Amino acid sequence: MDNIIRRRTPGARLLRAGLYALLLVMALVYLLPLVVMVLTSLKPLEEIRAGGLLSLPDSLTLAAWLKAWGTACTGMRCEGLSGYFMNSVSIVIPAVAISTLVGALNGYALTKWRFRGANLCFAMLLFGCFIPFQVVLMPMAQTLGWLGLASSTSGLVLVHVVYGIAFTTLFFRNYYVSVPDEMISAAKLDGAGFFRIFWRILLPVSGPIITVSVIWQFTQIWNDFLFGVAFAGFDSQPVTVALNNLVNTSTGVKEYNVDMAGAMIAALPTLVVYVLAGKYFVRGLTAGSVKG
Amino acid sequence: MSQTDSPPRRGANAGRHSLSGTLERVLPRLVVAPSFAVALFFVYGYMIWTFVLSLTGSRMLPQYDFVGFEQYARLFANERWNVAATNLVIFGGLFIVICLILGLVLAILLDQRIRQEGVLRTIYLYPMALSLIVTGVVWRWILNPGLGIQSLVRGWGFEDFTFDWLVDPDMAIYALVIAAVWQASGFVMALFLAGLRSIDDSLFKAAALDGASLPRVYWRIVIPCLRPVVFSAVMILAHIAIKSFDLVMALTGGGPGYATDLPATFMYAHTFTRGQIGLGSASAIMMLCGVLAILVPYLYSELRGSKHG
Amino acid sequence: MKTIHTLAVGAALAAAVSQAQAAEIEVLHWWTSGGEAKAANMLKQKLEAKGHTWKDFAVAGGGGDSAMTVLKSRAISGNPPAVAQIKGPLIQEWGEMGFLGNIDKIAEQENWDSFLTPQLAADDKVEGHYAAVPVNIHRINWLWANPEVLDKAGIEGLPTTWDEFFADAEKIREAGFIPLAHGGQPWQDATVFEVVMMGIGGGEFYRRAFVDLDPEALTSDTMVESLKTFKKLRGTMDQNIAGRDWNQATSMVINGEAAMQIMGDWAKGEFTAAGLTAGEDYLCEAAPMTEHMFSYNVDSFVMFEVDDAGKKQAQLDLASLILSKDFQATFNKTKGSIPVRLDVPLDDFDSCAKDSRKAFDAASEGDGLVPSLAHGMAVSASVQGAVFDVITNFFNDPEMTAETAAERLASAVRAAG
Repeated sequence: MDNIIRRRTPGARLLRAGLYALLLVMALVYLLPLVVMVLTSLKPLEEIRAGGLLSLPDSLTLAAWLKAWGTACTGMRCEGLSGYFMNSVSIVIPAVAISTLVGALNGYALTKWRFRGANLCFAMLLFGCFIPFQVVLMPMAQTLGWLGLASSTSGLVLVHVVYGIAFTTLFFRNYYVSVPDEMISAAKLDGAGFFRIFWRILLPVSGPIITVSVIWQFTQIWNDFLFGVAFAGFDSQPVTVALNNLVNTSTGVKEYNVDMAGAMIAALPTLVVYVLAGKYFVRGLTAGSVKG
Repeated sequence: MSQTDSPPRRGANAGRHSLSGTLERVLPRLVVAPSFAVALFFVYGYMIWTFVLSLTGSRMLPQYDFVGFEQYARLFANERWNVAATNLVIFGGLFIVICLILGLVLAILLDQRIRQEGVLRTIYLYPMALSLIVTGVVWRWILNPGLGIQSLVRGWGFEDFTFDWLVDPDMAIYALVIAAVWQASGFVMALFLAGLRSIDDSLFKAAALDGASLPRVYWRIVIPCLRPVVFSAVMILAHIAIKSFDLVMALTGGGPGYATDLPATFMYAHTFTRGQIGLGSASAIMMLCGVLAILVPYLYSELRGSKHG
Repeated sequence: MKTIHTLAVGAALAAAVSQAQAAEIEVLHWWTSGGEAKAANMLKQKLEAKGHTWKDFAVAGGGGDSAMTVLKSRAISGNPPAVAQIKGPLIQEWGEMGFLGNIDKIAEQENWDSFLTPQLAADDKVEGHYAAVPVNIHRINWLWANPEVLDKAGIEGLPTTWDEFFADAEKIREAGFIPLAHGGQPWQDATVFEVVMMGIGGGEFYRRAFVDLDPEALTSDTMVESLKTFKKLRGTMDQNIAGRDWNQATSMVINGEAAMQIMGDWAKGEFTAAGLTAGEDYLCEAAPMTEHMFSYNVDSFVMFEVDDAGKKQAQLDLASLILSKDFQATFNKTKGSIPVRLDVPLDDFDSCAKDSRKAFDAASEGDGLVPSLAHGMAVSASVQGAVFDVITNFFNDPEMTAETAAERLASAVRAAG
């Protein structure tokens, strides 16, 4: 590949400059919404009213951020987003952990212990990826009622695990398919059991795909609004629901800077995960989840 | 149950080993069983329930007064549903095609040993991390002719510049495509980049020795190699398109008029805010049929492939 | 001696009862914005002063759309909140499903029938029994205006007919302002349309068309004329209406970009927040041709059936608090509405509220007191949605004629009904 690109002719150099320019322009386009959000969240309200979308703030202020975090009112509670942020954390962590673990075991069982009907089973599981969530709201409400999990954090965790398994199973299955069967056969001959093989052979090589699965699930669950609003109780509403309450106020002065700061706070965890782990995400995709 | 395959193969120490052997054989199924049961109930059970509801005259809450296929007749006679279904075809088609092209182009460009590739990659990828509940507000600003790009460009002195898709009933659906592409194309780029990295370098070298030009190498050799990636990407994009809900809610609320309604928002509005559960369920079933139409060919090729792999 | 003894026992008993019956109740509502939330907070504090706990479940968005989704999800899961904000015919639908409790006890004790208008109270009763408490009365058919802009355009007094309105609009346009501020959301389109229609058709016609859903009225010449006038209004608005929130439209009037707006009296909250005084800095008049009409939007708190005696008591206490004169006065002042209690004096309310009460009294004597369709007071949610679809589509589609729209209106209503 190198030899094609690295021909140091003037034409090639020009081409390369153009390449960088193009990539840079695209990057700016992709960054635009984020820049608007950050700029707006740092401006005082008067400046937002007076200035344009992209005008730089005259005076930077973190007031909006502090307000969104600690004192902004969502409904009657004026405690900002902090409490809801924690609710989200306590939903996301168990839901991501459980769905990833279940997905890994499923993927392993479906590929390395190919039993009769494994493919059919996988196909049926996969449909869960595609079911539009609006469709399941009502029956799910009924089910949670039967299970006594209505309006609770556990109920929300259950919902997210149920509809996350399809994705995690897909990821792990497609990844494990590319792990050579010979390793497993050898271990089986040595008398290693189901869980032992999983633990000793597959788990150690699963790093990339675990990253993919965790990032995917974390993003999906953290950003969920529909399940959160429909199934959360008074004290388990996730941060997206609170953000909606904050942003969708119908009267009064609209504090765009607080809205934007709130949105940034709600978005920060997933953003950080993508920035820090984005490399591993792409690597994980490279490692095999792309192709079955 | 599985007696046919249970006779112990290693005859000598039958007693204990056959027991653990059976366990070992049953264990994988046991592990998958809960997920399977969950899917059976939470996916298929709910679908059946939704189908049953679509045959009833349910209004505000589920009721079981069967009316046959009347709700489907009403659905197809409903102009708004026709708009929503047409919109999905336009939106989904454009969204998938543009994401694929843009994703592929970005991936190929990034694959040219770019300095700071990691930074650029993260920038293209980050929109996927954000919920449209969060970014919808900003997009509404940017696309709003009075506040966003139009006024910005006019402010630079181009007084005639017009970009009012969001408020034009005929163009608003394309405004949705912009925001949707922004969100998902980085992810497609990552998929393609992953695909490109897994292509053997020797392919390039061989082609270079033949004197083929770079675009030609990509067109003739690399892109065909990426076919499976295209396939996965289409699946992921199709599922995003069908599920698109937050996007519409955050950007247009279905407006102007109901020009940007999609099946998911149609279903939600009728089931939850308009108290027409029967009609909403019928539309949900139609959506699921659409999903099946995409999924069945995918599964067919996927599973047929995996028998060899 | 004996009396004293009985009294003491009674008091002790009462104390014990009230202690035992203090409870936590969950209240689902969509009052999340500044003024409303503040007012609701007063209610919460008063309820807590009685020893109960108010668990606040606020869901913003879409004029209660999201809140209704939550409510349905909660009801289906067998876990509805004790109190929820529901209004209009929806209350009946919930009642028919058997979800609602009965608060006749407090209603009789406080003699609600003596101070509530029967037409409004009917919405809060299920089969003749009170299941809900009305909180406020909003009037929809208001025209808000910026007097400065009118001055600059050389207009004296607000238009009282649509002909006058369009003539004035011309002048305002020439003076360089937007005549009518509007936000292009289905409910706002429907709000403007119903105001136009009730002016042209009058109370009886409005009721035939939008309450009884009479197909003849829906396709009548009056309807066609109303639709034409409504469409003509489009020309008095600016280009960027799509998706604009109503309060952004109001601020256009406030900062002098636009001259007028047709909106319910919650718009007052925006003017007040901007530090303006009614009658001086901004004007409020009945929309053209509707001065004898009062189209109402009443918020209610609905009491769900509860088993727990403490919760029941909390519901009754809350109901009583909501209708207390004190709360009625303070709350409605913040909210921009007028009290549902006709015996609460409006002396310290602003001039718009006083006008509103006058219009209310006049309209209830004639046939001008009508429920607002755009705000879910007239018909079921499904019919309302069908009407919204036709109206908003007609308004946004330059090709569609008023005659076609009237036909579509009738068929859509039939299909949804």
